[in-house]
Amino acid sequence: MTIFMHEMKQNAKPLAVWCAIVGGMIFLCMILFPEMLGQMDSVNDLFSEMGDFTAAFGMDRISFAEPMGFYGIECGNVLGIGGALFAAYLGVRFLSKEEGWHTAEFLLTHPVSRARVVAEKLAALLVHLVLFNAVCICLSLLSFTVIGEEPSAREFALFHLAQFCLQLEIGCICFGASALARRGNVGAGLGLAALLYFLNLIGNISEAAEFLHYITPFHYAEAADILGDRALNVPLLLLGLGYAAAGACLAFARYTKKDIAA
Amino acid sequence: MDAILKTEDLTKRYGKARGIEALSISVAEGEFFGFIGPNGAGKSTTIRTLLGLIFPTAGRAELFGLDCVKRRKQILAQVGYLPSEAAFYPGMRAGEVIAFSAKLRGVDCAQEAATLCERLALDPRRKVEELSLGNRKKLGIICALQHKPRLSILDEPTSGLDPLMQKEFFAILEERHRAGATVFLSSHVLSEVQRHCSRAAIIREGRLVACDTVERLARTAARRINVRGISALALPGMADVSRTEHSVSFLYTGEMPALIAALQGLAVADLTITEPDLEEVFLHFYQNGGTPDDHFHA
Repeated sequence: MTIFMHEMKQNAKPLAVWCAIVGGMIFLCMILFPEMLGQMDSVNDLFSEMGDFTAAFGMDRISFAEPMGFYGIECGNVLGIGGALFAAYLGVRFLSKEEGWHTAEFLLTHPVSRARVVAEKLAALLVHLVLFNAVCICLSLLSFTVIGEEPSAREFALFHLAQFCLQLEIGCICFGASALARRGNVGAGLGLAALLYFLNLIGNISEAAEFLHYITPFHYAEAADILGDRALNVPLLLLGLGYAAAGACLAFARYTKKDIAA
Repeated sequence: MDAILKTEDLTKRYGKARGIEALSISVAEGEFFGFIGPNGAGKSTTIRTLLGLIFPTAGRAELFGLDCVKRRKQILAQVGYLPSEAAFYPGMRAGEVIAFSAKLRGVDCAQEAATLCERLALDPRRKVEELSLGNRKKLGIICALQHKPRLSILDEPTSGLDPLMQKEFFAILEERHRAGATVFLSSHVLSEVQRHCSRAAIIREGRLVACDTVERLARTAARRINVRGISALALPGMADVSRTEHSVSFLYTGEMPALIAALQGLAVADLTITEPDLEEVFLHFYQNGGTPDDHFHA
């Protein structure tokens, strides 16, 4: 557990910053809801005239005028994008920083197997995501309390479960990809997260591009579907977890065999 | 005595680029062994292969009789390694790095670490980012030695250390050596190899060019000739020539009667003939690009 604890300490500040930014934005968005409620008719009219973009963001399926609908669209996007970027950042950074900072010569000349290094760093990634989501959920629940509303427990839980799986998938894919590179590139990881987000929008707009839903985790984590169906798209979610497992396996397979950069 | 470190035709290539080529060396338990070569010769590549940081292209490497690829973890438990440029995690204090290193080894080295900090004058409360090059080196030394390893592999250990600290560092190494530890010292500071090592290997362009006792390596056919009173002298076998108005100094590999004959009748005020030190031999060897047989009794 030494490497795990070391990673938890090393990344405590980034975790706190991302929690504060994403959780804080969710909280702020939600406490603005009562104020925006009075303007909802004009907002709904505006969104209904946006054509394909209304569908792209799922606003044709849930109402902006309801707390859970507002939460799903506004806060869903904040958590979806923020969480994906955070997961990509951690996924790339955990393994690749050792070569980037030239600390691999320090760490890997101790009697620890490379598989243990990967396993403990992967565990630290998982725990970081759990803590990040826990803080975001707490701030979300607090914001509902502040505005005097109560979220629908089932939809709320399913939505956050899907968001966690999305982050896990992106984090693990970036973790695996970073093991391939001589020195990790956080920018490439963030770019991948953004690309997957836009692929989902394209998949929502065009029928010809619906196959993209099998690639991007943003589809199974879409608030409109989860809140509308009161259920998760289990096959897609399992496919996403399969991608996550493949990323983790790639990290083990590659990192235990690679030449460590000086 | 059994070999504690052994390589057999160890080869590492980076694509088409050379790393090391068919390197075979053997170090006995308890030796203070020097590993000499200029920058880019393959010293660090050899060490990184021994430590399992990179994988050999061909050949094999063993430490303690264990394969460096397959038994990495068991090997590293008995090794202390100091890289040429020690890097640590930002945000940590020196003491935290030392404790982290000990935890990774699963041993309590607090007492030895405190002793080493005191001897090397390192404040464990200092943050890693605030450490000078020399203090970072000290931190690396403490991490490499605090668990009293059976084998210490040190890559350019004195770069950045002031002369007093170098002296203290070698005093610690000598103590460890006397207690039975093996030291593998990679360096291009030949005087420290000559002063402390019993045997040494010389590597050039990835290949082993000589491996023998330091005494024998230094006992070359070349002699350092210093002549005072004259400056004009030209003979076959002269190298590394330096002249002043009234003196000439050179390494001489020619026949001694030819030198004496050439000096006869000249206004020689003083003549000294000495064995060159290892540094001179090394430089001479590299400048001439020869083989061990040209210059060394290997």
